Amino acid sequence: MSEAKAGIDRETVDQVANFGGENYKYGFTTDIDADKAPNGLNADIIRFISAKKEEPEWLLEWRLDAFERWQTMQEPDWAHVDYPKIDYQDLCYYAAPKSMEDGPKSLDEVDPELLRTYEKLGIPLQEQEVLAGVRKVAVDAVFDSVSVGTTFREELAKAGVIFCSFSEAVKDHPDLVRKYLGSVVPQSDNYFAALNSAVFSDGSFVYIPPGVRCPMELSTYFRINEANTGQFERTLVIADRGSYVSYLEGCTAPMRDENQLHAAVVELVALEDAEIKYSTVQNWYPGDADGRGGIYNFVTKRGDCREARARISWTQVETGSAVTWKYPSCILRGDETVGEFYSIAISNNLQQVDSGTKMLHLGRNTSSKIISKGISAGRSSNAYRGQVSVHPKAANARNFTQCDSLLIGDKCAAHTVPYIEAKNISAVLEHEATTSKISDDQMFYCRQRGLDPEEAVALIVNGFCRDVLQNLPMEFAVEAQKLVGISLEGSVG
Amino acid sequence: MALLEIENLHAGVDDKTILNGFDLTIEAGEVHAIMGPNGSGKSTLSYVLAGRDGYEAQNGAVRFDGADLLDMEPEARAIAGMFLAFQYPLEIPGVTNMTFLRTALNAVRRGRGEDEMDPASFLRMVREKSRAMGVDDDMLKRPLNVGFSGGEKKRNEVLQMAVLEPRLAILDETDSGLDIDALQTVADGVNAMRSDARGMLVITHYQRLLDFIKPDFVHVMVQGRIVRSGGPELAEELERSGYGAYLGAETGGQGDGAGAAHA
Ligand SMILES: Nc1ncnc2c1ncn2[C@@H]1O[C@H](COP(=O)(O)OP(=O)(O)OP(=O)(O)O)[C@@H](O)[C@H]1O
Ligand SMILES: [Mg+2]
Repeated sequence: MSEAKAGIDRETVDQVANFGGENYKYGFTTDIDADKAPNGLNADIIRFISAKKEEPEWLLEWRLDAFERWQTMQEPDWAHVDYPKIDYQDLCYYAAPKSMEDGPKSLDEVDPELLRTYEKLGIPLQEQEVLAGVRKVAVDAVFDSVSVGTTFREELAKAGVIFCSFSEAVKDHPDLVRKYLGSVVPQSDNYFAALNSAVFSDGSFVYIPPGVRCPMELSTYFRINEANTGQFERTLVIADRGSYVSYLEGCTAPMRDENQLHAAVVELVALEDAEIKYSTVQNWYPGDADGRGGIYNFVTKRGDCREARARISWTQVETGSAVTWKYPSCILRGDETVGEFYSIAISNNLQQVDSGTKMLHLGRNTSSKIISKGISAGRSSNAYRGQVSVHPKAANARNFTQCDSLLIGDKCAAHTVPYIEAKNISAVLEHEATTSKISDDQMFYCRQRGLDPEEAVALIVNGFCRDVLQNLPMEFAVEAQKLVGISLEGSVG
Repeated sequence: MALLEIENLHAGVDDKTILNGFDLTIEAGEVHAIMGPNGSGKSTLSYVLAGRDGYEAQNGAVRFDGADLLDMEPEARAIAGMFLAFQYPLEIPGVTNMTFLRTALNAVRRGRGEDEMDPASFLRMVREKSRAMGVDDDMLKRPLNVGFSGGEKKRNEVLQMAVLEPRLAILDETDSGLDIDALQTVADGVNAMRSDARGMLVITHYQRLLDFIKPDFVHVMVQGRIVRSGGPELAEELERSGYGAYLGAETGGQGDGAGAAHA
């Protein structure tokens, strides 16, 4: 254990200790004039979005094509979640802060109200002096439907790294976008991916050139502000041969009584010998203790290890959202490719989580690892759904899956749904699963040492999640540990 | 004012009464030993004092530093300076020993309105105290008590005590399962903590421990109450003749506990 890691646990506990009453500290709204599309979804709205973004014809066609397919599709109902039917005609598909109309040329021109919002969220959009010993993190901030700024671009450009909003990438790097967009998650992959392909607004774009190790962490912060607005961001990360990048996304939203839809698509492409580490700290508003409000988080994330020895690793800390439907996956196409999935999914109150991963072994000598930690408290429901599938030609595939559930209280539920499919007899697939509860004895022991019940739960849960937390980049591990504590507020009593 | 004052305590689990008119007063600076047959209620006493859920006082009073102890949450008792070295220490997977120590110390300090200890001083202090307890760096990095041997767990309890510096330490059979050298280490650790400001309640089955930790008073506990009290020589006598005499005598009902039964 490094000293820094120990410091994190302390911070978790501080955080919980300092936390009074209101659970969700990102619940404020920002008073900003917004430029919004009328509610409803049809080809004209899609043309409106595409025109707003001054997109090339091919992209409009691509969107319309996705929309046509979406109309023939059914909303999936196989997940272990239950929510009222969404009226897709009653949603707004595009909202941008008015001040972004003409597009700021640099961060200096960004509306100060927006900068303050991000400051409140603890996300620096100024390229501050970086203290010795602290690594730099470049940030792309997405507010409702648009990116409001990306930091450290020049420094990244020197290394040849492209890190910008998706809209800018469409303008400045159309060939890259056209080549890779939809190449991992096709338009008609699933209902929500098709919807996203039709109406996606903004997101982040990353390209790391051959042989380059990205000189800093890249991160995107998503914020839904407008009421009744869906957020449909699209992220595309391409790691060219022999390159490396570590990327993190974070998400928050105001507290609102109505539900808000978030249907994102993330595509990762790793070419020969390239490595992508993708981490998520998802803290969308989860709704209140009675299940009013909160984000519907229906997300498609997939990485393609397209060429030999590519590696993709997903790490996620899911604490927010009313309903989560999310399965970051790896396609192990190249020989000797490696896919990893590390997950912490916490559900409290009436939250519902159905999450997991898919590992698709196509190449030879591929291996994958899945570590999932589900924590359910309150009256929540938490399901792990995982698929490991080995193609007939995928000789010597390896998978190790460990799936642990922790229950807090006796009104919550945990489910584990593993699908394993091996069509090549050389495959070696291991699966371990455990379910445990925080025992009264453990609680008493901690309290006898001075911890109050919430500190005790935060400590025990952080211990339970340790294998996964250790995979997060340092800066985000701190944040994640705090979140673990906060999201379980009120789970003991 | 006495550090701890237990008066006519009746307590138990569910409807079962286990402590049956228990009296004991501990002054700051004193070390008391309690001995008694299996099932006489020694651990129950420690749980009632520490505030474990389900261990309810039915009657009587306990004052800790003048405050009504039975009214306090377990963590408030810890913050007030009550420490229990568990007979069976708990495991907490994934939480390193070091993290646990730091979290506990800071919780207690915060509770007392003190500043948290800065990381560098904390490390120095823990290293020093662990060395004294024969707890090596590896054990500090491992998850709390997970896979620790019985003796390691006990030494670790004493390390926690040394770090938290309580006003009153209750050691529940901290000597069982220790080899001879570890017994010496633990005793040295406990003796180093003896001070005018601190009281100790040592629960043990073996007179041997009391050779290392010289108690000021020895009490014999049978069926939920103290049936006899004396000095260190009482432990030696028990070692020779066992509890037989008291098991019969108990029904005689020497309620006041003190040395009277012996006189
Ligand atoms: N949770 C419980 N439910 C029912 N009975 C209990 C419970 N806890 C303790 N007891 C009973 O109370 C009595 C006293 O137990 P306790 O553990 O306090 O004894 P002890 O003096 O510490 O014994 P030992 O020397 O074996 O550690 C025993 O008869 C025990 O079975
Ligand atoms: Mg006992």
